[in-house]
Amino acid sequence: MTINPDLQYTKSHEWIRMDGDIAVIGISDFAQDALGDLVFVNLPEIGDNVTAGESFGDVESVKAVSDLISPVTGTVCEINEELLDAPEMLNNDPYGAWIIKVNNIDGAEDLLDPAAYEEHCASEA
Amino acid sequence: MKLIFEKSVQGRRCSILPTCDVPPTEMPSSLKRETAPMLPQMSETDVSRHYTELCKHVHGVNCGFYPLGSCTMKYNPRIDEEMASLPGFTSIHPLAPESSVAGCIEVLETAKKYLCEITGMDGMTFQPAAGAHGEFTGVLLIKQYHDSRGDQKRTKIIVPDSAHGTNPATAAMCGYQVVNIPSAPDGCVDLNALRAVLGEDTAGLMLTNPNTVGIFDENIPEITRLVHEAGGLCYYDGANLNAVMGVVRPGDMGFDCVHLNLHKTFATPHGGGGPGAGAVGCKSFLVPFLPHSALMEEEGHLQVRSFMGNFLVVVRALTYLLTLGREGISEAAKNAVLNANYLMARIKGTFTPAFDRICMHEFVLDLSEYKKATGVSALDVAKSLIDYGMHPPTMYFPLIVHEALMLEPTETESKETLDWAAEVFRTLYELGYKDPGYMHEAPHAAQIGRPDEVKAARTPVLRYTRS
Amino acid sequence: MGSYVPSTEEQRREMLQSIGLSDYRELYKDVPAGMYLDHLLDLPEGKSELEVSRALAAMAKKNRVYDTVLRGAGAYDHYIPSIVKQIPAKEEFLTAYTPYQAEISQGVLQSIFEYQTEICELTGMDVSNASVYDGATAAAEAAAMARDRKRRITLVSASTHPDVINTIRTYSYGTNDEVKIIPTKNGKTDLEAMKALLGPEVASVYVQQPNFFGLFEDADALSDAVHESGALFILGCNPIALGIMKTPRDLGADIAVGEGQPLGLPIGFGGPYLGFMATTQKYMRRLPGRIVGETTDNAGNRAYVLSLQAREQHIRREKAGSNICSNEALCALTASVYLAVMGPDGLAEAASSSMAKAHYLCEQLCSLPGISRRFEGEFFHEFLLDMPKPDKVLAALDEKNILGGLPYADGVLWCVTEKVSKETLDEVVSIVKEAIA
Repeated sequence: MTINPDLQYTKSHEWIRMDGDIAVIGISDFAQDALGDLVFVNLPEIGDNVTAGESFGDVESVKAVSDLISPVTGTVCEINEELLDAPEMLNNDPYGAWIIKVNNIDGAEDLLDPAAYEEHCASEA
Repeated sequence: MKLIFEKSVQGRRCSILPTCDVPPTEMPSSLKRETAPMLPQMSETDVSRHYTELCKHVHGVNCGFYPLGSCTMKYNPRIDEEMASLPGFTSIHPLAPESSVAGCIEVLETAKKYLCEITGMDGMTFQPAAGAHGEFTGVLLIKQYHDSRGDQKRTKIIVPDSAHGTNPATAAMCGYQVVNIPSAPDGCVDLNALRAVLGEDTAGLMLTNPNTVGIFDENIPEITRLVHEAGGLCYYDGANLNAVMGVVRPGDMGFDCVHLNLHKTFATPHGGGGPGAGAVGCKSFLVPFLPHSALMEEEGHLQVRSFMGNFLVVVRALTYLLTLGREGISEAAKNAVLNANYLMARIKGTFTPAFDRICMHEFVLDLSEYKKATGVSALDVAKSLIDYGMHPPTMYFPLIVHEALMLEPTETESKETLDWAAEVFRTLYELGYKDPGYMHEAPHAAQIGRPDEVKAARTPVLRYTRS
Repeated sequence: MGSYVPSTEEQRREMLQSIGLSDYRELYKDVPAGMYLDHLLDLPEGKSELEVSRALAAMAKKNRVYDTVLRGAGAYDHYIPSIVKQIPAKEEFLTAYTPYQAEISQGVLQSIFEYQTEICELTGMDVSNASVYDGATAAAEAAAMARDRKRRITLVSASTHPDVINTIRTYSYGTNDEVKIIPTKNGKTDLEAMKALLGPEVASVYVQQPNFFGLFEDADALSDAVHESGALFILGCNPIALGIMKTPRDLGADIAVGEGQPLGLPIGFGGPYLGFMATTQKYMRRLPGRIVGETTDNAGNRAYVLSLQAREQHIRREKAGSNICSNEALCALTASVYLAVMGPDGLAEAASSSMAKAHYLCEQLCSLPGISRRFEGEFFHEFLLDMPKPDKVLAALDEKNILGGLPYADGVLWCVTEKVSKETLDEVVSIVKEAIA
């Protein structure tokens, strides 16, 4: 399992990177490995409001569905539509395959730095 | 195997209808179909052989052992089929004058009377077409009840985390917020967890007893009392009634409404996924809310489908009820429970039961230790059973047991079959230590090997297209 | 007493002993004493197969089997070819469970895949599910799948079957959503009234084609107006009519549903029937219920599986779009066999012949004094007549063992299928003539 040292993480295994005042959000390598082969991603619409700690979409494997939890409160300004046709990108390149971008950020969850996240993953494994 | 479309020959056909003996009428040109649908073009021989070939690759309960937990795959008597094929039932129009359908009414009334007696309920509808549809109907009764009292604050339905997925899905379809409560380790309701969530916003509780791990919840009087005390109603999911019919009644346990799966408990066939029938019974105070057909009976009621429901399925269930009668009903339940306990005891030396105690009609094996030791999963064991001509048990359910296999032998299996099944489990148990690789690849003797479900979901091919 | 328990008394004792028990009561030790039934249920004594078959035959005999059925209104008496009854009665198909275990269920899975293809062909749609309970629930499920967070209201034409309207209402009551009825004008959906009801909160419009009165709706015009408002257009279709009628896809529908009973299922006092549901690629993942997909097995052979399961209740639980699991698989198989036996030509013949015969009867009856159609307009195989002495007419037909049309809204709603010969229709006309004289 890899942890990207340049990102921050949530306890529910999303990663977040600030790109100016826009938050870029995806799922970690630990998450994609636990979920197995992903077959579909349910994305929000541009303009939807997301709330820190609440679901903004979900990812499906063959036999399971898992909520995607937003690390921040804000407005969805971009979605990665490529994932709709190629959900396997989340398995193959979890830190490259971002899911949504959020602006108008107004609050965030407690985020973990890479070291704290590694510890968190170890405790769940 | 070729698809029926790949066997089709342009211009071939069966001779079924006579030439039309009245002047033709043209379809209005704006509505005329432009191209004919690509339906198979076949002789009757082709059709017959196609389906005969297909049915060689289907395992029905009348073909062999089918210990599929929570599905009650008991033998489906042939006489039930014959009775349901009588022209005096099949040829009756649902909107025929009442005087001409006295027999149909008698079937429904008799079945209702007997099933109310078995469940301890006062009224019943046969409109729901399946178990989940019955759940939907039952929870709507609860909603109507609260609405009729102007009690708008009840917005939550409580569901244990060990419940079938239909329970929470049903509550959501009825506009309720689902409150999942954790189960005690034995799958029974954790009374403290229940007390913690009960309140003025409780609309009701959905519960199956025996529960989804096959244990009768001995706290049931207290559970239903607590829910009633909070002003909620209790819904009984009849999925597991086969363990207790004629022995204890949902009505006596304190439930207000119940659905029955006629296609489980009352021996009507599953048909590869339906039709079933989800009769819903209720106590007298809920009877005014039962659904009716707007066209057949009266308007202003709930209605969950057209007409009276899956009538011909009710005919089959009534045939079964009349055959078993007052003694046979409890005899079936008791032997379903005996068979489950016997099979569990026979398997116990090998795979480990998740709960080492008397079970009801089904039991759960926990293969997590076995998997650690051999690398062979519950899935591998299930798939290996196929090579022995046994339908696999229910896998990975309930969610509260890891590497779960859930077995429900039912009462219609003989001791010889159970002994054989236990031997098969023993053989596979040992094989897991000797040749786990072989089991990872199972089944070996089925029509296909394990299918690529990821591919199916990522690139859906959901219909045939002529290439 | 009848019983299907194979173990002998001695075996039962032996089995009990082997688990350390001496009595069945000990199996139920968790059942509180006050609840355990210490008496037999108040049911009759069990019976032998011979006695049971007599009892059921006696009940069946109390029903009247008409030689001719001229009543439809949601249950249609078409001819059922013999083989269509035989194949679904094969024990393998009849007694199998839902095909979750693909390796031991390819026959069922392939038959559903073939059914899905046929429904797509009939409707012109891209994706069909494996069936739902009946036409009314298909309509209600379609209304539910058309809703999103912003658009919640369903409009239903008043020219829809009353049971379908009431079922859509009931499902919408469940989710606390609003249903509005579009009034009719001359027996058909009133386009202008519909336009007035459309708006940004309307999720979908449901129209039946042909409608409850047998009339063909102006689906093109309705569909254009619906789409202009951003709502989805749901068309409930008669599957026999689809043999000769423009597909719902061509008529602009986003979701096509209907009652599949006419495809080889007996009228059977109302069930089991078959709800079919199909939609376009765009809404594939919103479709409820089971769907079979094609894939390959580990050796690369073609294989079929239940697919897209993450939409369903056993995985998505309270977030599932529907709670449906068991559907009407055996009825879907029956429909599939029916369509294979009839083929494109046979289906078209059943449709044209039903339509021609309905028109013949309608013309003949309307040539009698005092009888006329309630509504003008093109129709398929049903028509609503205003006629004198409807009770007397129906009683006179009854005497000749003919089930006449359905008394409805002070008129009579007639239906004719290909099963009825011209000779019988002529006899009907003369009986009616005499009755109203």
